[in-house]
Amino acid sequence: MNALRKIVMPAMGGFAVLAVLAFRVFSAAPDDVPRSIAPYFTPATSSAKAPDHEGFLQRWLLLEPINKPNRTNTVFTDTYVRNVMNTEYFPNQFTVIPQSGDKVTVASQELAWHALDSTNFNVKLFRFAYGLSKPTYGVIFWAVTVVNSPREIKNARMAVGSNSASMWWLNGEEAVGLFGDRRMVMDDCVSKRLTLNKGRNVIRGAVINGPGLSDFCVRFIDENGEPIKDIIQVPVNK
Amino acid sequence: MKSRILAAGVLLAAAVPILLSLGPSGPSALNGEPYIHDPSTIMVCDGKFYTFGTGSGGLVSDDGWTWRSGAVRPGGGLAPDAIKIGDRYYVAYASKGGGMSGGHAGAITTMWTKTLDPKSPDFGFHDDSVVVTTDGVEDCDAIDPAFLLDPIDGRLWLTYGTFFGYIRIIELDPKTGKRVPGNQPVNIAIDMEATAMMYRDGWYYLLGTHGTCCDGANSTYNIRVGRSRKVTGPFLDNMGMDTLKGGGKLVVAASGRFVGPGHFGLLDLGDGVQKFSCHYEADLDRSGRSVLDIRPLLWKDGWPLAGDNFQEGAYEIQSERSGYALELAVDFVRMAGGMRGFGPPGGPVTPIPPQDLAEVSKNWPTGTIDIRIGDYMVRPHQKWTITPVSNAGGYPGSPYFKIVIAGTDRTLTATANGEVVAVPAFAGSPEQLWRIDQLTDGAYRIMPKSMPNSTEPMALTAAGRSTPTLAKFDPKSDKARWNLRRL
Repeated sequence: MNALRKIVMPAMGGFAVLAVLAFRVFSAAPDDVPRSIAPYFTPATSSAKAPDHEGFLQRWLLLEPINKPNRTNTVFTDTYVRNVMNTEYFPNQFTVIPQSGDKVTVASQELAWHALDSTNFNVKLFRFAYGLSKPTYGVIFWAVTVVNSPREIKNARMAVGSNSASMWWLNGEEAVGLFGDRRMVMDDCVSKRLTLNKGRNVIRGAVINGPGLSDFCVRFIDENGEPIKDIIQVPVNK
Repeated sequence: MKSRILAAGVLLAAAVPILLSLGPSGPSALNGEPYIHDPSTIMVCDGKFYTFGTGSGGLVSDDGWTWRSGAVRPGGGLAPDAIKIGDRYYVAYASKGGGMSGGHAGAITTMWTKTLDPKSPDFGFHDDSVVVTTDGVEDCDAIDPAFLLDPIDGRLWLTYGTFFGYIRIIELDPKTGKRVPGNQPVNIAIDMEATAMMYRDGWYYLLGTHGTCCDGANSTYNIRVGRSRKVTGPFLDNMGMDTLKGGGKLVVAASGRFVGPGHFGLLDLGDGVQKFSCHYEADLDRSGRSVLDIRPLLWKDGWPLAGDNFQEGAYEIQSERSGYALELAVDFVRMAGGMRGFGPPGGPVTPIPPQDLAEVSKNWPTGTIDIRIGDYMVRPHQKWTITPVSNAGGYPGSPYFKIVIAGTDRTLTATANGEVVAVPAFAGSPEQLWRIDQLTDGAYRIMPKSMPNSTEPMALTAAGRSTPTLAKFDPKSDKARWNLRRL
């Protein structure tokens, strides 16, 4: 069923057989099996956390998905994504450093923040939403994390992969955008050269997805493309 | 070639006057007045490029693209070669032989100077020394010398000879350029002249010119190669044929408007960029004169072969890192011919027209547009026209190029912060002039002439799979390698 790529799914409405097959793929787990975000996530601890051995940031505050129905990912042009991502869905959207358990209201949705450590280099947003019995398709995920740098690092780049489109900010400034119907690939799009402050740096991102799996991975690389690994993700709930 | 006697006769009658004759420039291998026969290996001295030829003097260039008469060496004679060792430039040439004075009693002389700039107070050749002679009867004619400094053990070698018998190799002292006492010549090839040697990855390569010299547009000169694990051979070609039996794999022959390439000379520019010099017996766009050229040197399966200097045209610029294509960062516009389902096809078969530039570009921003790398989809924002820029200088083998989105003036431009953008129009500034060097694997390195406020050489580089930037070129990485695919 790999041919049934997510771009195809919504266009298959008239193809009943294929639609049924697709339904089976994405509905394989019986509804009576308890859902969980394990083994993809563990609760973030009160200890500081280093990036993984390749520099990927695994600790994130993730907001439960905002409904944004899209039957296809082909609509994710630069203009569309910028407009959607620059829309304010909840108060202080571009400045808040939430606590785990904080809640926001978006239209009729009440959504909670979850402080989590990903067990993989990437953050599996589909599994996050599915495990919490939240919508998995046609959604926007917001993510926030804070890293402390032991020194000022010039000419760094934020390197992101996401499924599907996404936008990312560093300390309030737009750093990198990933547009189109994207698959998550490490170091897919990187920012222009930027500076990581000595001390605290806030990274904020938003991933939009229509049908299909969704995830992202983020790390910082230096001028030579090597991962920056001596930054520390701060403890949560403090 | 039947005999170098013919060569000498033609040289005296025609080639030397050509060297002294300055004709009008036209479409050519190189710009300016690159008229030369039997060019030496190109030397770089104080930022200028020099090559010496048969007869007196030679050529000089400020950038490797536009050449003029101006190199100076004493002795005249035939087919010099040059090499830099330490702070000395050694030059070897044949003072007799090759049919000069009616015979094959050849003699090769070496000498050295600390600079090739005739205006420098340090200029001046010293220690003329005849390092080898032939008697005119033996199976060798000591002309066409070529140096090799062995990068493994630092020993200095000299090959020489022509079609009159064997190509031979002798050892010289790298401290003096003189013959190592007691050294005896070794036969290494037949059916060659204008030899050269180079070393790569454990192999010694013997390059030489086959065919007929000195007959203009009718010269069959072509450059061939054999290789050996030892500097003294045996040198075998790709079919295992010994160069002592006439073997030799083709490196370059006639092409386009150029006939009779000969006299290979390696020009290693570093960072994995290798080029070679040669002369063509005839540039058909320049009255059939003998001219210098510089071309990329490619390597395939352990064998050298000639690349082609970049030609103007419309191209996809494909990242070797990701396989994606350089493009304007603009909204993707869907074409007709989308989802058709998987059932049996119905209706007539009709072509889908290409996406219309005018239709999609009307929605592009009017100002500067970012550049990115994306799936190649044969769309207007991914098609680049690359054309040479006149009177803007160049680099070894080529002029600078401008790179614009096909059908527009939107120009690839380097920024002061080391990124690339497309600006609305070409202004001819250094950050819009691009150097395109073919690398030894056939991919290309693309560099702006300079970035604003910087002289550091930078190359177009895929910082991410989908993000270009400018960075110091890393020859070991695919990040800065690009495939230029003609549209």
